[in-house]
Amino acid sequence: MNTLIGMLPSILMIVSPILITAVGGMISEKSGVVNIALEGLMGVGACAAASAHVLMESAGLGTPSIWLSLAIGASIGGLFSLIHAVAAINLNADQTISGTGINLLADGATIFVAQILFNADRTREFRMGMQTDRLGIYPTAYIAIAVVVIAWFVLYKLPFGMHLRACGEHPHAADSVGINVKRIRYIAVLTSGLLAGLAGGCIVLTQTIQYTSNTINGRGFIALAAVSFGRWRPVGVTFAAFLFGTAQAFAIIANNFPSLRVLPSEVFNILPYVITLIALVVFSGKNYAPRANGKPYFKGAS
Amino acid sequence: MKTKETQLSLTNRLLTSDGAISVLVVLLGFLVGTVLVALVGKNPLNMYKAILQALSGFNVDNGKMNIRYIGETLNYSVPFILCGLAMAFAARAGLFNIGGEGQYIMGLTVAQVIALLGPQISILHWVLAIIGAMVAGAFWGGIVGILKAKYEVSEVVSTIMLNYIALYVSRIISLQLPGATTYKTENFPKTALLNNSFFQTITNNSMLNNGFFLMIIALLVYWFIMEKTNLGFGLRATGFNKEAARCSGIPVIKSISISMAIAGAFAGLAGGIVALGSFRYGRVLSGMDNYGFNGIAVALVGNSTALGTMLAGFLFGLLKNSQALMQGKQIPKEITFIIQGLIVVFIALRSAIAIYLAWLNKRQLQKEVLNS
Repeated sequence: MNTLIGMLPSILMIVSPILITAVGGMISEKSGVVNIALEGLMGVGACAAASAHVLMESAGLGTPSIWLSLAIGASIGGLFSLIHAVAAINLNADQTISGTGINLLADGATIFVAQILFNADRTREFRMGMQTDRLGIYPTAYIAIAVVVIAWFVLYKLPFGMHLRACGEHPHAADSVGINVKRIRYIAVLTSGLLAGLAGGCIVLTQTIQYTSNTINGRGFIALAAVSFGRWRPVGVTFAAFLFGTAQAFAIIANNFPSLRVLPSEVFNILPYVITLIALVVFSGKNYAPRANGKPYFKGAS
Repeated sequence: MKTKETQLSLTNRLLTSDGAISVLVVLLGFLVGTVLVALVGKNPLNMYKAILQALSGFNVDNGKMNIRYIGETLNYSVPFILCGLAMAFAARAGLFNIGGEGQYIMGLTVAQVIALLGPQISILHWVLAIIGAMVAGAFWGGIVGILKAKYEVSEVVSTIMLNYIALYVSRIISLQLPGATTYKTENFPKTALLNNSFFQTITNNSMLNNGFFLMIIALLVYWFIMEKTNLGFGLRATGFNKEAARCSGIPVIKSISISMAIAGAFAGLAGGIVALGSFRYGRVLSGMDNYGFNGIAVALVGNSTALGTMLAGFLFGLLKNSQALMQGKQIPKEITFIIQGLIVVFIALRSAIAIYLAWLNKRQLQKEVLNS
């Protein structure tokens, strides 16, 4: 039990970015736009944050550099998600295709930037990452909790949140009572981009010392799984992110437990995906997804 | 008045032709990529020199010719084309197969297992391994089909999950193979390899191998199933309109499952060919090879036709082969990934054309009403 509590900080470190991204994905899907580009957006944010931090650190900026880098990562993530917003909302594009395109583009763009800035296929290593507090917990955990609480409050306690959910359930009805569907979907997609970029920055600044093509390694897709496994609700998504993040953490630290060492660590890596698949089958028929999720909105057509 | 009408219909025809739009999309991708290279202070000409050398083997800078580059380009194209077919086959039945990567990995893994543990009889050995790879890919794709047809699980989500499950399953299996270290197994026996000494002689020792024949056969099979059989007709009908297909007696559930299994077999074949054709040892994968993901782009550019997918696959193979050459000319090789990503983004933006055409129609109608 003591070892479990001892593991809590590292579990939180791994859960936080997944949770932040998943909340963003949930907001986007709640408004009716599927965002499978989360993986790529995390990568873009991580690369931007890592590059910014390396440059500002060597320019002599201390701790503020970390927070500035996080903000830069988030902004670049938001900027990139604009592509998805324009394609999905203005041009009625297939959201899966545009998301796939952004994922491919992010793969190339991040390492391209590293090649230009640092002449290598990865960003230069920074000296000081984010520091833990007295409990050994990274600030990213508190950011994640704040993000969840704010998202829940906005979605379920403010008129804006109700409007947003209406756009994902029945955009025509929302439109007919004067809600600007396009504007709300824009805000939702941008938010998911900002949060994914922020989460990418969190990964780079807490778990590693540079950005490489392997930094994100499927965590955007885990976040996507958390959204459906969490049934598009803040509490469910939080639970799912914790479950999946813990499984990921176990893949790294299973070696501390003699009883777990008999299993290959890959078993823990697989868990999030298998659990999600099983859940999708078990819950099939009962549709928890927002009804207009992934469908372009044509004004006037019914 | 007359000429204006024909002009309009010409642009209309171009904008409604899938092939013309694909060409436009690819050109746009290259255009933006070129601008990007210029913006970061590199010479875009070097990028095109590298692509030319990968295409023709001709080195512009020293005037030398090396035919090996052509062989390598063809060899790199094989998995792109096959993964493109995996996406295209499912797309024809109205499914979005993001799972090519997982199906590819399962094929690769089973091919490695059979190569290391199978009977070492010449020809039979690699044929067995390739069949195993196709069955593995078909199984992995079939799961998606059954989940979709029986439980209405979105194939987009399930294929993404299965990609990562495949990656880790592949690691678990490959780590158990003879001589496995953290990244490779022991060498394959000679009987398992796909290499073709004739190809090697005529292409100055490139990696081009029997996989090339298998790809050609796969293309023909794809074309034949789609255009000439009842199965293909049923699949296409399901893709056009699921309800109408069901009402006219086409077994939709069976169609969906079968089409995902066949799609998976194409990707599995790609995995088997890469495993036994381009490597001499089994790999313990640490990440995705990305052929499956790029197959999505290949099929989209090729409009899911046999010919289009082949051409788009060649383009992607060409870009992949020119990467090392670009790096040698101080152009970051990631520009090729950027161009590929841009192409897919532009394909998504293609829906803008429909909006433009609708607007054009509306305006013309307004004009006619006002004139009369």
